[in-house]
Amino acid sequence: MNASAWSMLLEGAWVTLWISGVSIAIGVVAGLLLALVRLARIPIIDQILVLYISLARATPLVTLTLFIFLSAPNFGIQLDRNLAGILALTINTTAFNAEIWRSAFGNFSREQREAAMSMGMTPWVTFRRIMFPQLMITSLPGLVNEMSFLIKGSPAIAVIGIVDLTRVTNRISAVTYEPLPPILVACALYMAIIGCLVWLQRIAEHRANRLAE
Amino acid sequence: MSNWEILWLERDQFIAGFISTLEIFGLSISAAFVIGCGMLYILEGARPRLEVPLRIFVDSMRMLPFLILVYLLYYGLPSFGIRLNAWWAGVGALAVYHGCYFAEIFRGVRQTFPPGQVEAARAYGFNTGKMFLRLILPQIIMRSRPLIGNQLIYALKDTAFLVIITVRELTAAANSLSGTYFIPTEAFIVVIGCYWLVSMIMEIIIKQCGRFSAKRGFDNV
Repeated sequence: MNASAWSMLLEGAWVTLWISGVSIAIGVVAGLLLALVRLARIPIIDQILVLYISLARATPLVTLTLFIFLSAPNFGIQLDRNLAGILALTINTTAFNAEIWRSAFGNFSREQREAAMSMGMTPWVTFRRIMFPQLMITSLPGLVNEMSFLIKGSPAIAVIGIVDLTRVTNRISAVTYEPLPPILVACALYMAIIGCLVWLQRIAEHRANRLAE
Repeated sequence: MSNWEILWLERDQFIAGFISTLEIFGLSISAAFVIGCGMLYILEGARPRLEVPLRIFVDSMRMLPFLILVYLLYYGLPSFGIRLNAWWAGVGALAVYHGCYFAEIFRGVRQTFPPGQVEAARAYGFNTGKMFLRLILPQIIMRSRPLIGNQLIYALKDTAFLVIITVRELTAAANSLSGTYFIPTEAFIVVIGCYWLVSMIMEIIIKQCGRFSAKRGFDNV
C-alpha cells in the first residue's frame, strides 16, 4: 500500500461519513416529524405512515438504493448518484427513527403534561420546553444505535457506483493485486467511526444526566 | 405488452431468486444460531481461556458493516490460499456476523437471570453442559425472542448485500430483469413485496412463539 492507496481510502471514508451524516441529520428530524404526525392520528395519513414504516423496515438497503436510482428516470426525475444514495439511506433510517421517537412519546409521563396544561402552557410551549428536552435524553441511546446501523448499512450505496469506504478497496486492489491490506484498513476505519459514535454517546449521556440532576 | 405481463412471463427468474434468497437465509441463520449458542456456552465459563478473545471478536464484529466481512471472506481469504465461491462466502459471512449478534443478544438476556438457578442446578448435580442445554438455553431463547425476531429481519435484509459479490438472489433477479427490459419500477416493487412478505411471516411466527412461551410459563420467572 502506497500513499495514493491511503489517500483513496481516506477519501472513501469521507464519502461514507458525509453521505451517512447528511442522511442521519435529515432522518432524525424527519423521524421526529413523522412521530408527531402519527401522534395526531389523522385518519388516512396514519395508515399510510404505518404502511411506509412497515415497508421501509423490511426493505433491504441495497434493493431500495437500486430501486430509487433505476426507477427515478421513469418518473421523469434525473437523480444524481449521491442524491439517490442519500435518499435511500434517509428513507430507511427515518422509519426506524420515527419508531424510536414514538416510543419515547408513548412513555412520557402524563402527570407532567397535565401539570404543564394546568400552568396554562400551550401545547407547543409544553412540547418545546418540557417534553422535547426530556425526549432527547430518553431517545438518544436508540437514535445513536440506529446511526451506527445506518453507517453499517451504508456500503449498500456502493451498488450504484458511489465509491465509499467499502468500494474503494476494490479500486485499490485492482491496482495492487493485494486485496487484503486495504480491506483490513477499511475495517479499522469503520471501527474507528463507530467507536467514535459510541464514545460521543457516552459523553452526551453523561452531560445529560448531569443536567437532569 | 404491458410491463407487468413481461414480469409475469419472466416469473421463473423471480421464483429462482426468491428460493435462492430463502436458501441462503435459512442455511446461514441456522448456522448463526448454532454459532451464537456455542459462543454463549464458552462465555458461560466452559472454556475460561477463550472468553476474552471471544468478547473482543464479538465486539469487533458488531462494529463492522456486514459487507466488509463479505469482502474479507471473498476477496481477502484467497491471499491465504482459501478460495470460497461467492455463494459460500456469502453464507459464511452471514453465519459468522449474525452468530456474533445472537451471542450478544443471548449474553444480554443471560445477565438478567437470577444466580440462584445455577446454584440450584449445581446442587442437584448438573454439570455445565447439561445445565446449559436443559435449563439456560431454553429460557434464553424464549425470553430473547423479540430481539431474535429483529435480528432475523436484519439478516434477511443483509442477504441483499450479496448481490454485490454476484450471488444470484432475489435482488439480483430484479436487477438483471430491469437491465434487460428497462422496467426497474415494477421489478423492484415485486421484489420489495417479497421481502416484506417474508418479514411479516417471521413476525407472525415470533408472535406465535410468544403464546407458546406464555403457556409453558417461560415469561413468569
